[in-house]
Amino acid sequence: MIEIKNLHKSYQMGKNSLHVLKGINFSVEEGELVAIMGSSGSGKSTLLNILGMLDELDEGSYTLDGVPIKNLNETKAAQYRNKFLGFIFQSFNLINYKTAAENVALPLYYQRVGRKERQEKALKYLEQVGLKEWATHLPSELSGGQKQRVAIARAMAAEPKVLLADEPTGALDSKTSYEVMDLIQKINDEGNTILLVTHEEDIAHMCKRIVHLKDGVIVEDKKVDQVRAEQYV
Amino acid sequence: MFDLERWQEIFDTIRKNKLRTFLTGLSVASGIFILVILLGFGQGMQNGIANEFEEDAATSVWVWPGVTTKEYKGLNPGRRIQLRNENYEFSANLLGDRIENKSPRYFVRNVQVNYGKESLAYGIQGVSSQFQFIENEYISKGRFLNYSDEREKAKVAVIGNKIKRDIFKDTSEPVGQFIDISGIPFKIIGVYGDVGGEREEERIFIPISTAQQVFNGADHINNMAYTLPPADDFETAVAQSIQFTNELRAYLLQAHTVAPDDTSAIQIWNPMEEAKRFYTLMSGIKFFFWFVGICTIIAGVVGVSNIMLIVVKERTREIGIRKALGAKPWSIVGMVLHESIFVTAIAGFAGLIFSMGLLELVGPHIEVDYIMNPSVDFNVAVTTVFVLIFAGAVAGFFPAWRAARVHVIKALKDE
Ligand SMILES: Nc1ncnc2c1ncn2[C@@H]1O[C@H](COP(=O)(O)OP(=O)(O)OP(=O)(O)O)[C@@H](O)[C@H]1O
Ligand SMILES: [Mg+2]
Repeated sequence: MIEIKNLHKSYQMGKNSLHVLKGINFSVEEGELVAIMGSSGSGKSTLLNILGMLDELDEGSYTLDGVPIKNLNETKAAQYRNKFLGFIFQSFNLINYKTAAENVALPLYYQRVGRKERQEKALKYLEQVGLKEWATHLPSELSGGQKQRVAIARAMAAEPKVLLADEPTGALDSKTSYEVMDLIQKINDEGNTILLVTHEEDIAHMCKRIVHLKDGVIVEDKKVDQVRAEQYV
Repeated sequence: MFDLERWQEIFDTIRKNKLRTFLTGLSVASGIFILVILLGFGQGMQNGIANEFEEDAATSVWVWPGVTTKEYKGLNPGRRIQLRNENYEFSANLLGDRIENKSPRYFVRNVQVNYGKESLAYGIQGVSSQFQFIENEYISKGRFLNYSDEREKAKVAVIGNKIKRDIFKDTSEPVGQFIDISGIPFKIIGVYGDVGGEREEERIFIPISTAQQVFNGADHINNMAYTLPPADDFETAVAQSIQFTNELRAYLLQAHTVAPDDTSAIQIWNPMEEAKRFYTLMSGIKFFFWFVGICTIIAGVVGVSNIMLIVVKERTREIGIRKALGAKPWSIVGMVLHESIFVTAIAGFAGLIFSMGLLELVGPHIEVDYIMNPSVDFNVAVTTVFVLIFAGAVAGFFPAWRAARVHVIKALKDE
């Protein structure tokens, strides 16, 4: 599903250039649930942003579902993002004046899905995350865990090939984190490919594979026995 | 523009940001309001001026001779032009079909005027019978001079109301009495009044023929006056009188051998020309109003643009989210531009309707000199609408461009 070869990325900071990713090689198969770990500043978010076509790589190659991702203009990148990728952020990033259902329906709007179908789909995905009753509520009326579940529903609504989550539980307490992880595991069970960045060991162990980044290179890449989150909720 | 989905998106955004939208709209609405009111009054002033000049029956033309200032055909400058009867008669023949009333005038100077033992100091003017209509004199007693007075060189006089009050007081009857001019008795046949006031009522009119003969005027005339028949509308009246003036001037210049560009030798005063100058001034004022109005709208547009910029900045994160979810740059541009045009147009229409309503209601009741029925015609309204849509696009362009360039990662960090 994802194929990365010799990926380099530097940031220009005035005169100095900061070499963040120094030759990453890694691939992800369909249906995997991968945790990306590493200390702060190790380049996890940078990697995820490149995978999400929100940032461009300097060197190396990136292939997503057989499509080489290279020299995309903004329009093309937007199109690919819409078609291939779903994002889940630490800070949820819901649009605050739109209801839960409207938030979930938004990626469908950019897929040019009709209004009625959008609403139906939004409700369907809200139901999957257990928030059907909250469909007409604004984000400000939801708890952190609920917000993240709405965000997950939104990421799912576009039916992407890959879900990218940057510290999805970073802003949540452990109980809520497990609820969210439970949801992510279930989505993964259905065959969706998911990459998530985390600082927490326990969250990482709820994935099927852990990739460790250090100083811009992968220092460890191991398969783990998945701990089910269900038992903690 | 006809993307229904986007309309719904925009309505959602507007519905959820009512205050912001309202404030944005207000500046545009007031801009349009001011523009329309200004233009309305511009039109009102134009109507008013046209009206003033139409009412003035004096589509009159006055000819005064002067002194030449240019050498022409061997004649030295500084020559005093003397109008003569033949000039008057020839002009009457030449332009007769276009003249309503006409009169030569001869000022009788340096003569002693007496009523009984009382010595009077009033101006004596020899005029024709039609002079009454040229000057808009009304008769309060007796009659004005008539054609047979002129033909018979009758020694008759018409005096002004003021003179009557001064010397006959209210008691005695002036008509039928005699005044002595240079020892020659003139019979008073009438008393006239002038709406122009007392100053205009201090003249004694006698037949021009009598004046020339009795007071050694020979065939001299001091000036000539004409009125032209009324025209259907103001524009035609102006055109007619200017045409008339030009022909009259051409004849007189030629008759007196005056250089065509010598403006002081023969002076023709034409109120219609004055009116035209007013009219031109009016277009100037109208242009100025447009200018001020457009400036007001520009201020409104800059306001909208600023607000939209703030909006875009406020919505940076939202735009980042939209982009992460797959919004293309053009769809972001479209969104901002669409909202801007929509808000500007709606607000502008509100201002337009409000101001036109106000003009409609108040306009006809305005009774001030030189302002009549201020109103805005359909063309102006349509133009304004285009101005509005254009303004909305201009107002939205900069913010939209800014929005489209929002960088997703940075935007998502924005708080
Ligand atoms: N846009 C940018 N411009 C300049 N430097 C950047 C930019 N984005 C990230 N960096 C730098 O690149 C390095 C890696 O950043 P990154 O966000 O990938 O770290 P991370 O592993 O996600 O850290 P954390 O766990 O704190 O989120 C950091 O030193 C950061 O300062
Ligand atoms: Mg990070």
